[in-house]
Amino acid sequence: MDTPVIVPADVAFMLVAAALVLLMTPALAFFYGGLVRSKNALNTMMMSVAALGFVGVAWALFGYSLAFSEGSPVVGDLSKAFLAGVGLEAQGTIPQILFMAYQGTFAIITAALISGAIVERMRFFPYLVFVTLWSLVVYAPIAHWVWGGGFLAKLGALDFAGGTVVHVNAATAALVAALVIGQRKDYARQAILPHNVPFVLLGAGLLWFGWFGFNAGSALAANGIASLAFVNTMLAPAATLVVWTLLDLSRSRKATAVGAATGIVVGLVAITPAAGFVSPMAALVLGAVAAFPSYFALVFRARTGLDDSLDVVAAHGVGGSVGALLTGVLASKAWNGTVDGLLYGNPGQLGIQAVGVLATIAYSAVASYLLLKLINLVVPLKAATKEEGLGLDVSQHGEEAYADDEGAILILQRPEVAAPQPAKALTAATAEGGRS
Amino acid sequence: MKLVVAVVRPEKANAVLEALFRADVQGLTISRVQGHGGETEQVETYRGTTVKMELHEKVRFEIGVSDHFVEPAVRVILAAARTGDVGDGKVFVLPVEKIYRIRTGEEDKAAVTPVQVAAAGRG
Repeated sequence: MDTPVIVPADVAFMLVAAALVLLMTPALAFFYGGLVRSKNALNTMMMSVAALGFVGVAWALFGYSLAFSEGSPVVGDLSKAFLAGVGLEAQGTIPQILFMAYQGTFAIITAALISGAIVERMRFFPYLVFVTLWSLVVYAPIAHWVWGGGFLAKLGALDFAGGTVVHVNAATAALVAALVIGQRKDYARQAILPHNVPFVLLGAGLLWFGWFGFNAGSALAANGIASLAFVNTMLAPAATLVVWTLLDLSRSRKATAVGAATGIVVGLVAITPAAGFVSPMAALVLGAVAAFPSYFALVFRARTGLDDSLDVVAAHGVGGSVGALLTGVLASKAWNGTVDGLLYGNPGQLGIQAVGVLATIAYSAVASYLLLKLINLVVPLKAATKEEGLGLDVSQHGEEAYADDEGAILILQRPEVAAPQPAKALTAATAEGGRS
Repeated sequence: MKLVVAVVRPEKANAVLEALFRADVQGLTISRVQGHGGETEQVETYRGTTVKMELHEKVRFEIGVSDHFVEPAVRVILAAARTGDVGDGKVFVLPVEKIYRIRTGEEDKAAVTPVQVAAAGRG
């Protein structure tokens, strides 16, 4: 095909896929919101919800251009800033504006993922500044490397739907943010328990649902590869869920619900880079194998001083890295039609995958660190101990997730009705009349 | 015998509990309550409806103790629950007429002496 043609079937599919990915961010709000204490539930959920707005706008203004314009191998330029020249013309087989929107939903969820490491203590305003700038300074360049024709794309790194761009990237930023901002005052001093485990399961379920758009949609067409990615997105998390449950049972004789939700997310993360490159049986293997490193990373993290509160590093960093590396092992040309992995006689692919992961970690760590330190110069990142004790819902948002109207006294916003002053009114009327 | 009633901030409840256990005070009841103690009202807004929250979440401890446990119990509560700001709560010490332990029918001091302490001969 010489001239790009818009294929209606692809358009229909990608419209739905973009909507599915957008749903993942509110789903993440429930997943994270259920895992924190009730006094921080709204703040935690708002960290995801706000990304829908702030990162969404930043994406349309500058992010898309930085990620998907020609530019250099390192970063795009500003030729498509303010969506200049982004119209109904074909990008692949869909209109470029649809491609822009689809990619925008990825930028949003990636920024929101970071919040899991800094919940219950980061002030909301600096958080907004951070995720907005982060989506431009960190996410957009890395998306450019892999998907925008940058150096990792030229190197041949495989990242079907964003194992490195989204998950390893977000987890690295999360780790840095947790270190820069520091622990919650209660961390390792008293038990901090999830306040609503049903929310966690709801969030995990909706994430899985949305992830079909995330992975299958990354084929950018309603074709066989999309079907492969779809099936793998069903199978890999299923395998992870089984292994995770068995690990839970073998360690404590109890299959936990939070564990099941976590297992699902880890499986989804791990299959993300591989979804359109590996066979369904390989996806089962990948999902099962990916459970182990994340499970034990999570158990280990809880014993350290690192307050990565909702285990973004264990789930997304470790899961994403394992998925990206296993993509280099399990990729099969018979299925994807482009490239083989180690298992099919192409050991070099594993090295390329490792370069992709390491480059992402290195850039994301340094840039996220500088960004946080810079913001901290202007406005403190961490809430005061007193605000943390009160809960961030009240201190940052002036709302409670589970408000009780007992003792709530209405403040009337209606302007006080002044006592009638006829003389003054008359004077005013006269003055008015005199002028006209 | 006395009943020590302490109303503390919810975020200090765990610290108080831990301090009481360290001081060998082991029998107690807690409940979530709402109260007003002169702290500045917090203002909340829900879609244009602005309210002043006059009642604040607190946790109430009720601890039945024999006389020589009153002073240590009160002391650790004061230390563990204090932040220095208005709204830290109150401790009340009330006289108690009679105490029964339901399981054994023991009365008064025996009823508020933990089993293992009694067994160790410290009761």
